[in-house]
Amino acid sequence: MISRLLSHDLPRSRVLAVILTVIVLGLAFAPFIFPGAKSLNVAAKILIFIVLVASYDLLLGYTGIVSFAHTMFFGIGAYGIAIASTRMGPGWSSLAAGALGAVVLSLVLSLVIGLFSLRVRAIFYAMITLAVASAFQTLASQLSEITGGEDGLNFKLPDVLAPSFQLSENPVLGASLDGKFLTYYIVFFSALVLFLAMLRIVNSPFGRVLQAIRENDFRAEAIGYRTVVYRTWSNVLAAVFATLAGCLLAIWLRYNGPDTSLSFEIMIDILLIVVIGGMGTMYGAVFGATAFLLAQSYLQDLMALGANATQAIPLLSALLSPDRWLLWLGILFILSVYFFPTGIVGKLRERQ
Amino acid sequence: MEQTSTITTAPAAVAAVDAAPAAPKPASQIDWAPLALVPALAFAALPFIGSAPTWITLTAAGLAMGMIIFIIASGLTLIFGLMDVLNFGHGVFIALGAFVAVSVMGAMSDWTTADSLALNLGALGAAMLVAMLVAGVLGAVFERVLVRVVYGQHLKQILITMGGMVVGEELIKVVWGPAQIPLPLPAALRGSVLLGDAAIEKYRLIAVVVGLVVFATLVLVLNRTKLGLLIRAGVQDREMVESLGYRIRRLFVGVFIAGSALAGLGGVMWGLYQQNVIPQMGAQVNVLIFIVIIIGGLGSTGGCFLGALLVGLLANYTGFLAPKVALFSNILLMVAILLWRPQGVYPVTNR
Repeated sequence: MISRLLSHDLPRSRVLAVILTVIVLGLAFAPFIFPGAKSLNVAAKILIFIVLVASYDLLLGYTGIVSFAHTMFFGIGAYGIAIASTRMGPGWSSLAAGALGAVVLSLVLSLVIGLFSLRVRAIFYAMITLAVASAFQTLASQLSEITGGEDGLNFKLPDVLAPSFQLSENPVLGASLDGKFLTYYIVFFSALVLFLAMLRIVNSPFGRVLQAIRENDFRAEAIGYRTVVYRTWSNVLAAVFATLAGCLLAIWLRYNGPDTSLSFEIMIDILLIVVIGGMGTMYGAVFGATAFLLAQSYLQDLMALGANATQAIPLLSALLSPDRWLLWLGILFILSVYFFPTGIVGKLRERQ
Repeated sequence: MEQTSTITTAPAAVAAVDAAPAAPKPASQIDWAPLALVPALAFAALPFIGSAPTWITLTAAGLAMGMIIFIIASGLTLIFGLMDVLNFGHGVFIALGAFVAVSVMGAMSDWTTADSLALNLGALGAAMLVAMLVAGVLGAVFERVLVRVVYGQHLKQILITMGGMVVGEELIKVVWGPAQIPLPLPAALRGSVLLGDAAIEKYRLIAVVVGLVVFATLVLVLNRTKLGLLIRAGVQDREMVESLGYRIRRLFVGVFIAGSALAGLGGVMWGLYQQNVIPQMGAQVNVLIFIVIIIGGLGSTGGCFLGALLVGLLANYTGFLAPKVALFSNILLMVAILLWRPQGVYPVTNR
């Protein structure tokens, strides 16, 4: 049963299996185990980033395409929900319409970008997508009548998902059953389904062709696969999954703006997570996203302690300042590319 | 059997050599069509703008902006064209140059505030020199630590230089702080000169001079000196040049250092143009220079020059005519150029 759910792509490492089980159980029961707004927020963000990063891994880790336009699709999803909910008023139909509209737009856009530039080499594609993504971000912040500009959009969801909604008066096992609780489980199950779907895709024959293209696209072409078609499909699929992750983000935050879903910082975060977690393994996204967001939310407190302890030493305390946590992550990233190109998950699997 | 085979192939080889002079020589043939784009764009904009003095002002401003963009992009295209390394961390050297300029010009505030052109230019020159030195030295470190391990692997190059960019940006924040810092122009370089009715900012004139010097130096060194000959030969056939006794590795490290130093110089120019610097400027500028070198054709110095001028001109015309379009003008230009020539205006054929 579990093997079928995981598309026969088992963790293949005892340590990894334990870590993944802990993560999944922790996320599944987060409202009960970690009550409190901040920790629930972190858990929801981990779920959303797992989907987002896994979709990027489909592109980078499995097909070997470097794209910098991934946040564009993430943003389209978030704006789809946000714009539909502001225009049509809160309701399930506006959520559906927003998600559907966003997916269609992403589909068309990724197809156009894919056909336009996937024939070119990795470097060219990376540069073009970077330019396209920055143009899209400018567009989103300029069209303020539609997107709310830099301020973004605050919107309401159906009443059932509002924080004021109470499913039951009494808290169950320490969790209050309110709208936020329900929203969390919508995010959790959507993320779970989306992740398993992606796992299914990469372990299908189609996924194997993608890996063949990553390893040697010339040979893949020579065997008889039309690599352009496969690469375009990979691009489109990654875009659609990223869009759905964006929808989840908007549903969770009930807000969207350029900085929340479109900024280049998020693109760098995705890249860091994929590489550190493990390129070419969907589990890398789970491990990486969890570790990254926990570090982002809690490691900074630890670094503040370190910075205070070393206050007497001028440069070291500046290096340990909590605002500089990205520095250490960047170094970890470089070391990953250097020493374990398949990331932490790849390293764990190797041991077995 | 071997004997006969050499005999039969020999005449063919001779024939190929004989035929060679008849074929057009790629090196001496200049492709004029893209060069006409710059004046075409300039004159196409004239009727929309209407008044000639405004047009002159905008054109001069656009050309000067293009020159600055060329300086910041030239290093990147040089490194790519000669070493086949795309440095996504190039922006860090640009930001570094700008921040070094802040420190140097801050330290020489007596010179920058003095009302003497010579002293002002001296301070500017010192800032440029120090910025180039610092960027060059760090470029050598960057090449040694990050780039050398991933020669020939494009995917890893993109990833690792991106990581270098993240780390570099954070280190800049450690040294200079995360806030925006003003970088005012030296006293005598502020304001503009009048050319008839058209006002041209003084700093833009300096930018044009510096840009032309950089372009001329690059072209002359690459095409007219033995150093350039060796570099170009090394790109064509590395082993051959090595077996002639030249240390290609050292030469290529030199190219990387030169590219980084140019980025530092570009950072000084760009920082003074914007009159303030932020640690994130590397990432912002990266987008712009990528557009420019895509337009020009990856690795082509001439294409980069042309692309930068086109981007600069278009940004100024659209900024005057339709400010909202200006934000997208460079990307629209890139799409248009790629539809016309998918590899950029001057494709580098051996890549």
